[in-house]
Amino acid sequence: MKRRAAIVGIGQTPFAKQLPWSETEVACRAVAAALDDAGLGRDDVDGLSLYDIESTGVAEAVALLGLERVRFFATHSHGGGAYCAVVQSAAAAIAAGHATTVLCFRARNRGRRSSFGPGHVQGGRPWEKIEPRIASHYQWQVPFGVVSPAQEMALIARRHMLDHGTTEDHLGEVACAARNHATRNPAALMRAPMTLAEHHASRWVAEPLRLLDCCLETDGGCALVLTTAERARDLRRRPVHVLASAQATGPAHHHPPDWFAGDRRSWVAGGAARLWGRAGVDPGDVDAAMLYDHFTPMVLLALEDWGFCPPGAGGPFVEGGAIRWPDGRLPVNTHGGQLSEAFIHGFNNLTEAVRQLRGDSTCQVPDAEVVFVAAAASDPSGALLLAR
Amino acid sequence: MTLPPLPLPGPDTAEFWAGCRRHELRIQRCDGCGTPRFPPRPACPRCAGLAATWVTCSGRAGVYTWTVVHEPTLPAFRHLVPYAVGLVQLEEGVFMVGQIRGVAPDAIRVGLRVRVEFDDVTSEIALPHWRAG
Repeated sequence: MKRRAAIVGIGQTPFAKQLPWSETEVACRAVAAALDDAGLGRDDVDGLSLYDIESTGVAEAVALLGLERVRFFATHSHGGGAYCAVVQSAAAAIAAGHATTVLCFRARNRGRRSSFGPGHVQGGRPWEKIEPRIASHYQWQVPFGVVSPAQEMALIARRHMLDHGTTEDHLGEVACAARNHATRNPAALMRAPMTLAEHHASRWVAEPLRLLDCCLETDGGCALVLTTAERARDLRRRPVHVLASAQATGPAHHHPPDWFAGDRRSWVAGGAARLWGRAGVDPGDVDAAMLYDHFTPMVLLALEDWGFCPPGAGGPFVEGGAIRWPDGRLPVNTHGGQLSEAFIHGFNNLTEAVRQLRGDSTCQVPDAEVVFVAAAASDPSGALLLAR
Repeated sequence: MTLPPLPLPGPDTAEFWAGCRRHELRIQRCDGCGTPRFPPRPACPRCAGLAATWVTCSGRAGVYTWTVVHEPTLPAFRHLVPYAVGLVQLEEGVFMVGQIRGVAPDAIRVGLRVRVEFDDVTSEIALPHWRAG
């Protein structure tokens, strides 16, 4: 699969707390922008790769977009843990000849819904859709009062602090670095500079997580177009090649009672070994990293999981500005990430990775050649390496 | 008061929830390799064996990690905010999520010894929680 497929188009809608469009219209607009960027049309598209908390599922999307030629389609589980796999499947389908040109997108329209509004609404959050009686794995947490991702991640963050000495300053640095990047990005929702003191003064959501440790809730959409490396050479944009990808999970990972019951580190380390081995590069070759930052501590975990620092050393790694553009040794989330640009379930990390490799970022790393992208460190996860 | 979302016992889980109703905390132990497991599942994740025996736990555990929850949370929990909820490790080795009571949230420490108690929420469902001391 190495360098067999390339991202040749990216598109996004404006990001906002509330857009006037339905989720499906957001999808249409993001896809149209990506095809326009690529200089391709709907008739060029013969594949579709999405992930499964989309209201706009594959069958719906084919009808929505009027795609006549689709012969490859796939969905992927686990939300923020899945978005790298969406691209992996697109690239693998292209490499295997199942499709030549594959669309990937994420469209969200949740801002108009309150955090804890009534039940079965399109675009509602997962815990809004919880039944009064729960048969799923949520029965092991929701009845006891662990109902939101922030509360779940707080449990992981606390344990990281206990085991490794991670501090609120470490979490705050992740938030401040993202904000620092967002101040330069006109598309970002949060562009006012932020200090560590402001982070520490923000209200508790679920201790040890504060409001400014949590990502935004955003309406918006992002889309990508991938095609063969051969065809990419003739298109209008500089191709961004899929260098390698990997997924990682294990038998005790996804649900809170399981998190600490198995050897999560070894499963993730296996994924990292596959990723770097397939790519033929190592973490020192990475010019910028786009990490799934639904909550600040998960950025530390991603740095550890994928080999940028030893297990437990994510906090010390970010001290002293290591993840800040322009001077840090590994600029992270140069668009502001999901903490400060927008929360498009990772897809805005992908569009920023492409901009870095085209030379178009508002926090451009000079001559960036290799960009790393990681899915959520708290789920079954995955990662991508993209390259010029 | 609004009830929290409650479990809907099914084939894999009914024995656990029936135990809670009797104020007994029940988990499975694999007949093949002896590994205790929770949440209830039809097969052992270690050896894939389908045979298991339900055992009653001592009800003693240590706090492994916890959070103190502030707004936003579900309406059913708002009257408790800020409340402590954590992941406790039972003497038998498995982990469970539950509220931690009988201690100020600020005084919770890792390893804090807790014991199970039950809230009879409906005639069918009792929910375990964990009390310090």
